[in-house]
Amino acid sequence: MRKYLLATCMGAVALFSAGYATANEELAKLQADAKQWALPTGNFANTRYSELKQIDTTNVGKIAPAWTFSTGVLRGHEGAPLVIGDVMYLHAPFPNTVFALDLNNDGKILWKYEPKQDPNVIPVMCCDTVNRGLSYADGKIFLHQADTTLVALDAKSGAVVWSVKDGDPSKGATGTSAPMIFKDKVIVGVSGGEFGVRSWLGAYDLKTGKPVWRGYSMGPDSDTLVDPVKTTQLGKPVGPDSSTSTWQGDQWKIGGGATWGWYSYDPDLNLVYYGSGNPSTWNPKQRPGDNRWSMAVWARDVDTGAVKWVYQMTPHDEWDYDGVNEMILTDQKIDGKDRKLLTHFDRNGFGYTLDRTNGELLVAEKYDPAVNWATKVDMDKSSKTYGRPLVVPAMSTEHNGEDVNSKGICPAALGTKDEQPAAYSPQTELFYVPTNHVCMDYEPFKVSYTAGQPYVGATLSMYPPPGQTNMGNFIAWDGKTGKIVWSDPEQFSVWSGALATAGGVVFYGTLEGYLKAVDAKTGKELYKFKTPSGIIGNVMTYEHGGRQYVAILSGVGGWAGIGLAAGLTKATDGLGAVGGYAALSNYTALGGTLTVFALPAM
Amino acid sequence: MTMIKSAIVLGVALAFVPFVGLHAEPPGDPAAVKNDDGKYRDKNGDPTYKVSPDGTVDWYVYSGFRRYHSECHVCHGPDGEGSTYAPALKNSLKTIGYAEFYGIVVSGKQDLSAGNEKVMPAFAENKNVMCYLDDIYVYLRARSNEAIPRGRPAKHEDKPGTFDAAQDKCMGG
Repeated sequence: MRKYLLATCMGAVALFSAGYATANEELAKLQADAKQWALPTGNFANTRYSELKQIDTTNVGKIAPAWTFSTGVLRGHEGAPLVIGDVMYLHAPFPNTVFALDLNNDGKILWKYEPKQDPNVIPVMCCDTVNRGLSYADGKIFLHQADTTLVALDAKSGAVVWSVKDGDPSKGATGTSAPMIFKDKVIVGVSGGEFGVRSWLGAYDLKTGKPVWRGYSMGPDSDTLVDPVKTTQLGKPVGPDSSTSTWQGDQWKIGGGATWGWYSYDPDLNLVYYGSGNPSTWNPKQRPGDNRWSMAVWARDVDTGAVKWVYQMTPHDEWDYDGVNEMILTDQKIDGKDRKLLTHFDRNGFGYTLDRTNGELLVAEKYDPAVNWATKVDMDKSSKTYGRPLVVPAMSTEHNGEDVNSKGICPAALGTKDEQPAAYSPQTELFYVPTNHVCMDYEPFKVSYTAGQPYVGATLSMYPPPGQTNMGNFIAWDGKTGKIVWSDPEQFSVWSGALATAGGVVFYGTLEGYLKAVDAKTGKELYKFKTPSGIIGNVMTYEHGGRQYVAILSGVGGWAGIGLAAGLTKATDGLGAVGGYAALSNYTALGGTLTVFALPAM
Repeated sequence: MTMIKSAIVLGVALAFVPFVGLHAEPPGDPAAVKNDDGKYRDKNGDPTYKVSPDGTVDWYVYSGFRRYHSECHVCHGPDGEGSTYAPALKNSLKTIGYAEFYGIVVSGKQDLSAGNEKVMPAFAENKNVMCYLDDIYVYLRARSNEAIPRGRPAKHEDKPGTFDAAQDKCMGG
């Protein structure tokens, strides 16, 4: 009887896939089904919110590991698995193995994809050999490999349907971000901001892998797909050569602006939203000008890549505050009016709320009080510096000069938040943000460029803000007012993606390896469990066989594994290092495990 | 591809000595016996550091601290302390000597155990590293003997007169 039902079910699913006009319809249906987790971001809007509520504030204290799976890889495990129907799709860091696991059979492996990649791509990955995950559409699983191969695999068999190379690792380009499927296109970006790679966001045809459009982060308008009249920043047309006019000579050709973060999508507006990373080099003196359009929030038309609006958050970056973090789309009321919003927690320490239809700036406030490189973002519409951060001269590494050690800048280059994505709950209308609470000394100096070699040019030294010992906080943020509602301190930076649920619980993971559950309203800790290794992955949830599961990848690494493994030291302040802070290596070692939690079976 | 070819040629040429013996040549006594305008050498003629009783480091150790934290920190962690995947060079330099260190940086290194592949690039063509390699070596050598603590050296000797000209020549202006 059961086999028959299963067959009908599978048949029905097949019919559904065939019946969709676009991948959008299929994905819209899938993301509306809380039992599944069909996108790496949970949904197009990147809210990381689930309607599941079997696990709630009254019983989350009783959850326990239900099953586990080891990926066989021992490097930093970013991202999260997908669950589509009865199958979980799981990815790994380099070599980027992909597993299809049978949820009806305790995670038995249905198929495995093991790409053969040249190991020489490893040394051009700045921040460990991470990968942020898979996407699904039209019966295919999509992976962006470290070597910039974008591959589509048959979801049933794992066979390669199509494969395309979108970058050149010998010039420093690599792949780490999760491709996203919007409409009939696979949207993907590229990594390499520390290697002078002039980066881009691109679209590939879902069915064939043929390139459709590519919009660069800097260069002439024909490359960036910016229109001098139609593209606006803060309501004003950007004018001709808006990018190249802000670089000296040919510097834009090795300009960076990498697109390795998360991408969100509004199907009604037909816009894809994402951020661009730091300009190359880390030495600002070597690239005079605002360096557009690095460090920007972008809104591009999904069909053509044409830029509708753009907003540069950190003009002429002097601190490596990449703008690539997730753009969370919400519909909320501000001053009694319904607004279509975009909320973004930038590396630079400011939480931005914009109108996603036209890029109007509504809120820009510090989401960590320690942020000190700028006093504020100028919100005066009539001001010459409207929308720009007002930089504190003592914290300006350019102002202080090359070969001068600029001290006590907060946040450190790893930002108040790095790629680890926040979550949003429509129940509380709050954002749940994993943050870093670390400051730095930064000394720029002259460097020369060689294709495929790091193009950095600054000495970095990191430590917690003076007088404090916690290197992270997990906070709740009101995006309408730009205020921190509650803040839970953590010993280490919080480097996992958060998950919010209708059960009123918010989940996140810590670098020591704890999966934690807190009350969405108050932040009170309701549960914690130490998984096999430090967590830099993103918590996700799904339902199977009537039980709600919460899953998290453990496997310490990423930028956190580089900067924090040995522990930080106190600000030197001319006295030499006096002592160390907690070292991550005292709490955890390498790992690569998925732990899946549930309430005890009835 | 010429970049990789020259790196290999250079790597073979410079790394020949330590690779002849299959065991690591330990660095030996770090005491400075010669001072060549701020560049200190040990009795084997290898670059070494000089740290005064009050903690003042020589210029090249200071330069090495800065260059290490720009070019090597990104994998090997702060202060030569290591990361989750790259070794702590303050420990490595207890057992490998100057020639072997030089050879590894020039030619790179691969350690391909399944599931934890570690690859260090060849830096031969990278002036930002090669022009300061001795500086980086003496900084790490001082760390390996705990002659200096973690963090930015608080005091350093003045920049030697020959430094700027040599830097410009190497970096190509």
